Amino acid sequence: MSERKNDGPTPMERFLGGLIPENPVYRQILGICPSLAVTNTMEGALTMGVAALFVLLCSNILISLIRPLLKPHLRILVFTLTIATFVTIADRVLAAYLYDMSKQLGPYIPLIIVNCVIIARCEICASKQRVFTAAADALGQGLGFTLGLMTIATVREILGFGTWFGKWLGWRVIPATAPAHWSNWVIMILPPGAFLTLGLLLGVFNALTAKKEKAA
Amino acid sequence: MKRNYIQQAWLVIVLACLFGAALAAVHAGLGPRIAQNRLNDTLSQIPTLVEGAARGEPLEIGGRIVYRAVDGEGAAAGWVVPAGGQGFADRIELLIGLDREAAQITGLYILQQNETPGLGNRVTEPEWRARFAGQSALAPLTVVKGRAGGAGEVEAVTGATVSSQSVVGIVNEAVARFRRERPEGAP
Repeated sequence: MSERKNDGPTPMERFLGGLIPENPVYRQILGICPSLAVTNTMEGALTMGVAALFVLLCSNILISLIRPLLKPHLRILVFTLTIATFVTIADRVLAAYLYDMSKQLGPYIPLIIVNCVIIARCEICASKQRVFTAAADALGQGLGFTLGLMTIATVREILGFGTWFGKWLGWRVIPATAPAHWSNWVIMILPPGAFLTLGLLLGVFNALTAKKEKAA
Repeated sequence: MKRNYIQQAWLVIVLACLFGAALAAVHAGLGPRIAQNRLNDTLSQIPTLVEGAARGEPLEIGGRIVYRAVDGEGAAAGWVVPAGGQGFADRIELLIGLDREAAQITGLYILQQNETPGLGNRVTEPEWRARFAGQSALAPLTVVKGRAGGAGEVEAVTGATVSSQSVVGIVNEAVARFRRERPEGAP
């Protein structure tokens, strides 16, 4: 066991790292395509986040289990094959149990295959560390990714529709009686709203980090 | 030498077989449920595709299922024809609404597509689909770039000519086949 003790960051470090300090969206700027594309509603963001978390967790566990067998020049092929399999499973499960969501997200669920967060975690963590660490890493990064998507979606759905989880829970944040220009910002529902929101939130995140570093 | 290749690649081969089997199992398990979802989607769209229709009755014509759209009293209101074909990225599955004589298209609905987001997937938008309603079903439709003027012309989605042509091609083929094969005489 002793030679395995120092095989990189501990499970807890991996888990906590993925949430905020190495957040995939705000710190690594990975997985930006879905962050822009499916974040005009909370439902879309949550579904995408959970689907990516499922794929990441399964892929990381499997890759970590077979890591002694990996050949360096074939590893990317094995990663891709593994990820594609779990993405297909996630896609079919959504089509069976969340049909409307599956239709709304369209090709973005199959496109998780090319989400670089997942292949990055296979390469950085799962192919080098024990299965427990790899699972903790997947949970941290997956939740961090979901958090990133949901913060963007919160801003966009409230300003764009005046609701939060409007389709599933029907929560109105901005009262229907309020002047129309308080919400219903069409730009927030359309792609430019995604770029603006991501840019501004990234700025806020960087400002907070800089402030914290200055204080330390 | 040959043995060397197997030594290098055996893991990939074994994983591919295992994953293939796993996906087959998932498909066998979830396939009926997904088909049921699509059927429910189809049935729920029939009133929007044919004016006055309340529900659809499945009929088998030429080995394919079509729906006879009927109003609340069971009188014929039109037809809904499911069709599919290759789009730009993946298969497109759609529903075509036709009037009683199958002479006019009354509506179009996209059941499934994986076209390019922001371009090709705009074929699902109501504004674009509305361009089909009211078109004659007697002659094939044509795709035009820019503003469509004449009868039988459908304006392409900007930046998605291939997706637009795919949808129009699927519609033309399905309508022509249905007109050939539909039950003679009364609807």
